[in-house]
Amino acid sequence: MSEVLAEIRAVSRHFEAPPALTDWLLRMAGRAKPKRRLQAVSDVSLQIARGEALGLVGESGCGKSTLGRMIAGILAPSQGEVFVEGKPVLAPSGRKLTTRVQMVFQDPFTSLNPRLRVGEQIGEGPLAHGLVARADLPTYISRWLGAVGLRPEHASRYPHQFSGGQRQRVAIARALAMQPAVLVCDEPVASLDVSVQAQIINLLLSLKRDLGLTMLFISHDLGVVRHLCDRIAVMYLGRIVEIGDAEAVCTSPRHPYTRALLGCRPRLNLDGAPQSTPPIVGELPSAFDPPAGCPFSSRCANVGSLCRDQAPSLRLNEPRRQVACYYPV
Amino acid sequence: MTLGLFWREFRRNTVAVAALAVVLLAITGALLAPLLAPQNPYDLASIDLSDARRPPGSVGSEGQVYLLGTDAQGRDLFSAILYGLRISIGIALLAGTVAVLIGSTLGLLAAFLRGISEAAIMRLVDLQLSVPAILMSMVLLAMFGPGQLQLVCALALAQYAYFARTMHGAASVERSKAYVEAALATPLPARRVVLRHILPNCLPPLIVVATMQIASAIGLEATLSFLGLGLPPTEPSLGTLIANGYQFLLSGRYWISIYPGIALITLIVSVNLVGDQVRDQLNPRLQR
Amino acid sequence: MTASLLSVRDLTVHFPTDTGVLRAVDGVSFDLASGEILGIVGESGSGKSATGSAILGLIDATGSRVGGSVRFEGRELVGLPNARMREIRGQSISMIFQDPGMALNPVLTIGRQLDLVLRAHKQLPRSAARSACIDALRRVGLSRPEERLVAYPHQLSGGQRQRVAIAAALMHRPKLIIADEPTTALDVSTQAQILAEMRARIAQDGSALIWISHDLAVVSSLSPRIAVMYAGRLVEEGPTAIVLRKPRHPYTRGLLDSLLGEAKPGTELTPIPGTPATAADAGCSFAPRCRRADDACRIAPPLTREGAVSYRCHHPLASAAA
Repeated sequence: MSEVLAEIRAVSRHFEAPPALTDWLLRMAGRAKPKRRLQAVSDVSLQIARGEALGLVGESGCGKSTLGRMIAGILAPSQGEVFVEGKPVLAPSGRKLTTRVQMVFQDPFTSLNPRLRVGEQIGEGPLAHGLVARADLPTYISRWLGAVGLRPEHASRYPHQFSGGQRQRVAIARALAMQPAVLVCDEPVASLDVSVQAQIINLLLSLKRDLGLTMLFISHDLGVVRHLCDRIAVMYLGRIVEIGDAEAVCTSPRHPYTRALLGCRPRLNLDGAPQSTPPIVGELPSAFDPPAGCPFSSRCANVGSLCRDQAPSLRLNEPRRQVACYYPV
Repeated sequence: MTLGLFWREFRRNTVAVAALAVVLLAITGALLAPLLAPQNPYDLASIDLSDARRPPGSVGSEGQVYLLGTDAQGRDLFSAILYGLRISIGIALLAGTVAVLIGSTLGLLAAFLRGISEAAIMRLVDLQLSVPAILMSMVLLAMFGPGQLQLVCALALAQYAYFARTMHGAASVERSKAYVEAALATPLPARRVVLRHILPNCLPPLIVVATMQIASAIGLEATLSFLGLGLPPTEPSLGTLIANGYQFLLSGRYWISIYPGIALITLIVSVNLVGDQVRDQLNPRLQR
Repeated sequence: MTASLLSVRDLTVHFPTDTGVLRAVDGVSFDLASGEILGIVGESGSGKSATGSAILGLIDATGSRVGGSVRFEGRELVGLPNARMREIRGQSISMIFQDPGMALNPVLTIGRQLDLVLRAHKQLPRSAARSACIDALRRVGLSRPEERLVAYPHQLSGGQRQRVAIAAALMHRPKLIIADEPTTALDVSTQAQILAEMRARIAQDGSALIWISHDLAVVSSLSPRIAVMYAGRLVEEGPTAIVLRKPRHPYTRGLLDSLLGEAKPGTELTPIPGTPATAADAGCSFAPRCRRADDACRIAPPLTREGAVSYRCHHPLASAAA
């Protein structure tokens, strides 16, 4: 069994509206209003092994980005802890303690500082953390630019002089230059054109192969995740509902939501005959007011009596597959 | 955007270029006042009371030509205007610089710290902004007493709030962008993120507000001097000169007020025109 | 040949930029029959959105110029004064945008906005107008339509907002609907629902539909006819079944190869090198990225028709290739 590089233990995160003057006044008058709380992530536990690419899939509002940020040390969990290489990622004060987990963001247009040269942005972190001596910095930067398919002379250019795909390469180089043990990618190809997406997916595949990169790949696109990842975790309303080997989850899903999600994907229809993709019924419940019990109970075709009472926890369905469902498919 | 590109685009607006020329002329005149002015208006020994209230172009008791006439004390108006420009521009620039420094620091801090600190700082700024600048500076001057240094302090304190507001707005926007998140996530120390990442991206709106505020500071100082506050009558700024000549306006000796007035208006309008062009060019919509 | 509902000939859209004129749409021609569905596919810079906007006269950037001909039911739309165009918009031709924020006013309630759309072309007494709005919302699959009438756009989810926008677009049962990436910003499950609903409505109302998207899979599952755009030109057009099985243009082939659908997981994909371009000054705009390009491609390829398919390429892929 491979060494576990990232461990996420019972992590939860909620958001509340920031305190407003009116709330304080109401409280003084004795008429405090209960605060609306958004439970973005509920009780998630994960392990990522060395060299593994774990895909985190879900639709908007499922909490995958929030979870990704907690793993990368950008956001502190409300409960639970995240460990990378056995050490906690965040101090109790909220300060990030380790550089061994880095993140690549979704939008290549805002994730780079428009006023700093690309080389400076790549070299800044490693220099500040002593990963490279100042004298060796130019060579170091060139090395990482080359690793993502760019040329050394690109280091002196500004972000606006690059295309979207190239900017994303720079963002990947910046993260890799910190030599992280775990790379968290938050929808890195979602904003790119189709032909450019394929280029970046190829890049990530080769980096995984050549550097033995350990990755958490967050996406709403099951197709991309299936192509890139070894294991897939499916999230719905802040909970992981299914986790298992990528191929297995995509060919034989066990959770009703996973099955519905797979069924919803528009497939390339070479026959041109209008295909009716079976949609899921209903709308996504508000994260402020999730259904009691299983989060998917309001839309599930298989819903049973147990489902509305208590949310099912992840349980072993078959070797290497866990499903949070009382009546798995 | 480099200075070269900036200048090339600036050049295309002839009005702005003319305004810039006027501003530069005023600054040069102010700097070189001791050399250009035929008379030192502060040197009481060089002023001849018998030459008081002479019209423009007249010749004085010692044969010197008073280009723009003299005022009630016999001061050559041309020299007085040059020295007055010196004081006006100097005070406005100094007060503006101090205001920018105080305001930007507060705005940056508020945007970065968020939470209670942000609320406290910005409420203070809001409070300040609700008081008209002229009123604020008058109250401050009453507390500080007259003098150039006191005037600079009063103007700076009356103006910092605009910069704080602008900087807070810009910094808040940048703070929530992904590149700042990325920098903090490396993790890079907070001071470095604020100074090297957030601040440079907040400069364009700050520069625009600064140019506008300089014009406003010039006008503010002139108003205060006109009202007799701030500067002693022996070191007249443009506003004082206008005030001194006020009583003579209707008796035909218009030049004592009008020429300093023209100089003041020309200066303020030119600074505003330059500021307009700078603002249009730094418009974020045109930036990549 | 049956009379076309929409006939586009050599449509051009030019935008002035600092570096010269940008030919966003560079000579696009196609026909659309009544009740027919056409899918226009392209990446960024292909001009697909500009084509849709130009048909409805919605290009209004300063200095922009629209040229060519767009005939709707025999009537020329290019150059039509805005007052005449307003009678057509919403009634005969409707548009659905990618961002429902563009179509919905954040300070008006849903009911008020639908009412405005209704009153633009029809006068009804208050109660009849209200039930027409409720009916419109119900027909796009919005639950509790009476409640939605008094809600504001920000109180609805993205999917619900898009449904309202579709309801507004379909209110007067237009003969032609132009949908510009309407499901791109939505979740897969919402997208699936809206696709199913649109298919049903179109079949019911008999409207023609132009579906613009970058997503080949979505377009292929919706429309039997597909047009591929690159750098402002239509590079290939024809029945979906033929174009996607045996593409003639290298770009179409490249797009299909970039997709993940059939590739074995973990294998390298074959992307098109480089980035999507805008219209070239001379010659084929795709040549810089094309493996088959040579000197002949310095001249813009003419339109070639082969049965139901038409394409622009000097070196098309062999028709026997799968």
